[in-house]
Amino acid sequence: MPDSLTLKINGQSHTVQVSEDVPLLWVIREHLQLTGTKFGCGISQCGACTVHVDGQPMRSCQLRVSRVVGREITTIEGIAEDHPVKQAWVDIQVPQCGYCQSGQIMSAVALVEKNSNPSEEEIIQAMEGNLCRCGTYTRIKRAIRQAAEKVRNA
Amino acid sequence: MSSTIDRREFLTRAGLTLAIVGAPSSLKVLALGPADTASEIFSPGPWLQITPDNRVTILLCKSEMGQGIHTAIPMVVADELEADWDQVETEMAPVEAKYADPVAKRHGTFGSVSLRNLYEPLRKLGAAGREILVEAAAKKWNVPVSQCEAIQSKVHHRPSGRTFSYGELTEEASALQVPENPRLKQKSEFKLMGTPVARRDIPAKVRGEAKYGIDTFVPGMLYGVVARPPAYGAKVISYDEQAARKVEGVRSVVKIDRRIGICADTLQAAWKGREALHAKWDRGVEPTLSTASIEKVLDDGLDQPGREDRNDEGVPSALRQAHQRVLAEYFLPYLSHAIMEPMNATAHVQADQCDVWAPTQSQSGVQQAAASITGLKPEQIKIHTTYLGGGYGGRVKTEGVEEAVALSKATGRPIKVIWTREEDIKYEAYRPGYAHRIEASLDQQGQVTSWTHKVVGGAPRRPGGRGGLRNLQYQVPHIKSVGVPVDTIPTQPWRSPGGSHFGFTVESFMDELAHAANQDPVEFRLQHLAHDSRHHRLVELVAEKAGWSQPLTRGDGRGIATFYSHGSYVSEVAEVSVDRNTGVIKIHRIVCAVDCGPVVNPDTLEAQMSGAITMGWSAALKEKVEFANGGVKSANYSDYHLLRMSEAPEVEVHWMESDAEIGGAGEPALPPIAPAVANAVFAATEARIRRLPMTPERVLEALRKS
Repeated sequence: MPDSLTLKINGQSHTVQVSEDVPLLWVIREHLQLTGTKFGCGISQCGACTVHVDGQPMRSCQLRVSRVVGREITTIEGIAEDHPVKQAWVDIQVPQCGYCQSGQIMSAVALVEKNSNPSEEEIIQAMEGNLCRCGTYTRIKRAIRQAAEKVRNA
Repeated sequence: MSSTIDRREFLTRAGLTLAIVGAPSSLKVLALGPADTASEIFSPGPWLQITPDNRVTILLCKSEMGQGIHTAIPMVVADELEADWDQVETEMAPVEAKYADPVAKRHGTFGSVSLRNLYEPLRKLGAAGREILVEAAAKKWNVPVSQCEAIQSKVHHRPSGRTFSYGELTEEASALQVPENPRLKQKSEFKLMGTPVARRDIPAKVRGEAKYGIDTFVPGMLYGVVARPPAYGAKVISYDEQAARKVEGVRSVVKIDRRIGICADTLQAAWKGREALHAKWDRGVEPTLSTASIEKVLDDGLDQPGREDRNDEGVPSALRQAHQRVLAEYFLPYLSHAIMEPMNATAHVQADQCDVWAPTQSQSGVQQAAASITGLKPEQIKIHTTYLGGGYGGRVKTEGVEEAVALSKATGRPIKVIWTREEDIKYEAYRPGYAHRIEASLDQQGQVTSWTHKVVGGAPRRPGGRGGLRNLQYQVPHIKSVGVPVDTIPTQPWRSPGGSHFGFTVESFMDELAHAANQDPVEFRLQHLAHDSRHHRLVELVAEKAGWSQPLTRGDGRGIATFYSHGSYVSEVAEVSVDRNTGVIKIHRIVCAVDCGPVVNPDTLEAQMSGAITMGWSAALKEKVEFANGGVKSANYSDYHLLRMSEAPEVEVHWMESDAEIGGAGEPALPPIAPAVANAVFAATEARIRRLPMTPERVLEALRKS
């Protein structure tokens, strides 16, 4: 039987009727229709479903919804449009097909908010779990450097 | 180039509507009436609409999958039209013959043909629109046309300084004769073309608001999943329909062909229902099929006679008289598209209409498939093309749509079908695996005198055809080309279809020949390319930019490869080092040079070159579909590995712009990357890699043999 769960997503409360074992991804996407968060693999291999839980990047495809009740969930829609990462993504024209980019951006936001001067190795470490089939990796790196600089100088 | 006016019609209040039809070689510019009379048009063509509110709307017959075509098409039209870019809008064209790609004569996005087929018609369309609007303004002012000029969606009367916006001219313009030969802009007059215009789809993609197929919601829809046979051609022996129906949320269980569909309120319920089926299958048509068995079929095919595609009579004597004969065999595995957005589609079948929402590279294919399943007429199939979360040829086939339509037809409800990643990897149609054998003869001066090439592959209907030896740019006097068709598993195009294997084999072999002739690989290629040709100049450019004659910068070896495909030339130089203990190849630098004729958007061109190189390197380094027990063993990104950030090469892109016919951009950078790296590995280690992927094990094996 579905349970009634209340989730806090992008600062708003949502009550949903779902089984406790449903991954957060599907609750966000199919129940709440916040479709910016993407399904890629279902086994935490591609990072397309990355969201923040209490500010930490997490793969929502393997995160049982019951584990995030009462915690702050942020999706791509909850990142301000003038966030340095989103701005850099537009400036550098990062996305191609764009499908993986919500997850890339969520991983990048978590990185630059923790470390506004990441080294090449730190960028790779933070982003290695996010796959991009179109091959935008080098632009992603450039955009992260630009965003980090903006955060540093803010 | 001749243009004819087929017909023109008075326009409705909606505004001026122009359409253009015909192939570039037989261009026709038409002034069309309102949509309800447009069915009289016999040739297909894309649309341009200017409405009294000053909006310019361009209807698109191509899907956006990251290649930037939804920006490039309006750039071309708006530039010639002299339209204000901020007032230009686009929407997908209805899937009707008159809007289709005028050369391909269908709706679909493939083969890097979008701008190749549309560039000239779009320019003429925009230019014709501009001339009519200027004429309309002149008429309204009763002044000579020569005193009027179109600038940024306004017509100016120079002597008086008066202006009309385009929107104010629509009614007047619609009554005018469309010019037969509108004057196209000179390159120096371009305002948009040739500049790095920001892609129109990017802001929504960055906000997370762009809608892909998987993001479709239709009121009353159910989720559809399908139980599939684990082995090719397997038939179901038994399944527990009642158990599936008992799962909470499951609404129906439907047999479609060999598969069993489950429709449910949620995706989770549909998946649980599928598990509850406990479907049992027989062992399929070839239970012993495995990676090894397929590779053996391909390798053994090299000894089959095959079908001759070309057989120049001078080949045997050239081989007899050779100063040197060189022979090599190559192998390329099956590849998955591994598209990030898994296969999905949503369909709603009703009595007299079927709506389909899909991320598709083939609207015409979707329409045919849906019409055939529903029994409706093609014009009753309404296709809503979403953004595509990747394409690369993997969305040409329509299985997902077929399932959604079949399930919607059976249930009467809108159905959204989403494949899991495992289904996507296991049940898609692959880039075929290939075995190649090439033998060439060299004369005393190191010139190639003959080339004999045999290709064994999954679907080599035209083994020497497109992407193959017919595109061979090297001056070789005698060529023999043979294809050995192998009827194996389902395949479909994969980015740069023919080039993805011919590029590797031809360019690896050219390197082997250069070394056999004791010549520099760049010099050897230049000697075999027509002097003063675009290709010759491009190889010189890439060598210069890469510092070919200079000492290595960071790596231990440098390799070059160059390939012509999709109307474009691309040359690449890789600088690599190889860890002799682990077999790991490290790419330090890729220098890429492209000549695709006119460049519409240099930033997109750079992105496509860099992206195709990255995807090509992913495939060459690590990708390979594994088969077992009559079916596919690979299942997810955990065992079908894609390149990650740490392995992504830095790519430096240069281009040589020309007035030549425009070439494609999405695919042609892919073929040279695998051979450029393999040739660099040889330069660094004298180990020749002839089988892909270049995994560390393969590299170590090649090192042992060297």
